[in-house]
Amino acid sequence: MFNKDRWKEILEVLTSNWFRTILTAFGVFWGILILIVLLAAGKGLENGIRSNFGDIATNTMFMWTQGTSMAYKGLPKGRRFTFKLGDVDAIRQKVPDLRFVSPRNQLGGFNGTNNVVRGIKTGAFNVYGDYPDIINQDPMSITSGRFINQLDIDGKRKVAVIGEGVRASLYDVGEEAIGTYIKIQGVNFMVVGTYRKNSNDGNAEEIQKEIFIPFTSFSQAFNQADKVGWMAITANDDSSITQLKEQIFTVVRENQKIHPQDLRAVGHFDLFEEFNRVLGLFKAMRWIAYFVGVLVLLSGVIGVSNIMLIVVKERTKEIGIRRALGENPWSIKLQIIMESIFLTIISGMAGISFGAFVIYLINYFLASNGPIEMFINPSVSLGVVLVALIILVVSGLLAGFIPAQSAIKIKPIEALRME
Amino acid sequence: MIEIKDLHKSYKMGSNSLHVLKGINFSVEDGELVAIMGSSGSGKSTLLNILGMLDVLDEGSYTLDGVPIKDLNETKAAQYRNKFLGFVFQSFNLINYKSAMENVALPLYYQKVGRKERQEKALKYLEQVGLREWADHLPSELSGGQKQRVAIARAMAAEPKVLLADEPTGALDSTTSYEVMDLIQKINDAGNTILIVTHEPDIADMCKRIVHLKDGVIVEDKKITQVRASQYV
Repeated sequence: MFNKDRWKEILEVLTSNWFRTILTAFGVFWGILILIVLLAAGKGLENGIRSNFGDIATNTMFMWTQGTSMAYKGLPKGRRFTFKLGDVDAIRQKVPDLRFVSPRNQLGGFNGTNNVVRGIKTGAFNVYGDYPDIINQDPMSITSGRFINQLDIDGKRKVAVIGEGVRASLYDVGEEAIGTYIKIQGVNFMVVGTYRKNSNDGNAEEIQKEIFIPFTSFSQAFNQADKVGWMAITANDDSSITQLKEQIFTVVRENQKIHPQDLRAVGHFDLFEEFNRVLGLFKAMRWIAYFVGVLVLLSGVIGVSNIMLIVVKERTKEIGIRRALGENPWSIKLQIIMESIFLTIISGMAGISFGAFVIYLINYFLASNGPIEMFINPSVSLGVVLVALIILVVSGLLAGFIPAQSAIKIKPIEALRME
Repeated sequence: MIEIKDLHKSYKMGSNSLHVLKGINFSVEDGELVAIMGSSGSGKSTLLNILGMLDVLDEGSYTLDGVPIKDLNETKAAQYRNKFLGFVFQSFNLINYKSAMENVALPLYYQKVGRKERQEKALKYLEQVGLREWADHLPSELSGGQKQRVAIARAMAAEPKVLLADEPTGALDSTTSYEVMDLIQKINDAGNTILIVTHEPDIADMCKRIVHLKDGVIVEDKKITQVRASQYV
């Protein structure tokens, strides 16, 4: 297959009519270009949406209490209950494959009243009592100082990590925040760090206005005892929280004496499920891109097949001569198929290269004109390029098959009689 | 070398069939130079095509060099053609985008002879037909006589058992015809078996034996004294 004479002949045939070869190649070129650009655009959209999720650990669910809806073990329905630290320990012990189980408490909230005071400045902020793990589940970059650590938890230290938004409203520009005190609902906390969260969502401003204090300090300072407001639970990377959550609910129901069938007692939000739903959308989009791209490519391939038929027709006499001289019919077939594959691959490669150039241009304009919402870095991976190449080889094979068949169908004696 | 017994061949032309060869018995010894003559429609080309395995016989038997030729599939036929036969056509049938040397080397390529050896052999045969200097020329740059000589070199390159020539001088003027016949005679002198289909008596006279075909049967089969073409050149 890789002999010099065969390749020489392929080139001779394809270059004997440049204009026709290029026109034919354009069909395949166009098809693969559209496939690549569509896939890249889909990827750009996907990247945009993914960045909306930010760095949040997506294999996570949030869980809170809602009150029971069924009577159980002598307890009435409609009973309010709260998570306890005991629930957290029980979950940690009984459910394997969990990476983080973070109990959280919260003060304030959206449109809450002013709850934080510093000198003459006041503000309404969300105040969270948290364990150090939370920075892995809800990532933020520490812009100065440090985040809460285990010593803070153990010593119930009254320290706080504040958002850049908090700092902007409680401090003057350029004023040092670390080491100063802020008063949260009348209790003094020392600021040990500031953070900034990344998001290009609508709530970008809101999430900079949060204050994190150690969970234990929160419980003590605001009389929560061992109450837990809600939990953020992240599963290990190789298992899915969507599958594990039923186990978690079972543990909680047992612990809190809730009827095993009571589905409404514990509320939750499964980020992973949501995330996967969005990913599913992109999967569908990718299929559409392949579908459209391959269909456009198909018309190009039919063009190649057509031209190969004409080439075979033109060369009928030559093929007759070759067979009279003793060329194996299979060798002729192989020749036609290889010509077809070669033409498809070359034009396909040109399409892929030009597609890459188009993607480069799009990225260049995105970079110079600033970001567009929900569209970041359109690109195609090496895997996609390989898939495209496989599609090309297969379609070249298909395009060459019928002409090759027709080349050897005609008898040599009839081929020789042709003028 | 060639042994044909009771050969029949007919062609279907719509509803009626045309009986072209009606029982031919014919054999050729090693080293013969045979002219097959006949008017058009006498079946001489059909006979040559069957001998050349380009067409299949309906009835009878055909043995070439001791090998019975029957029930060949295309691959087998191609293999036999390559091994046993060399063809020379009236219209030369050179491949027009290949140089003279490449044309001559073609049968060797199908025998999977290595590139180097192929070129050497091709040049050797071009030398024999006196076209060594024309090796790199395309057929379109050659005269009719030269093309036919290249075609003969090509037919000889595979060192076949039998050379089949279908009106080899049909498209040439008489001077070049004699040159080509001179070449064919020389090849025959070297011991090769050659069959020539022709309707020109002067060409037939340059062979050693003439077989006359008329309406699908052999009407005359005689050995003659060969007229040497070299005396006309």
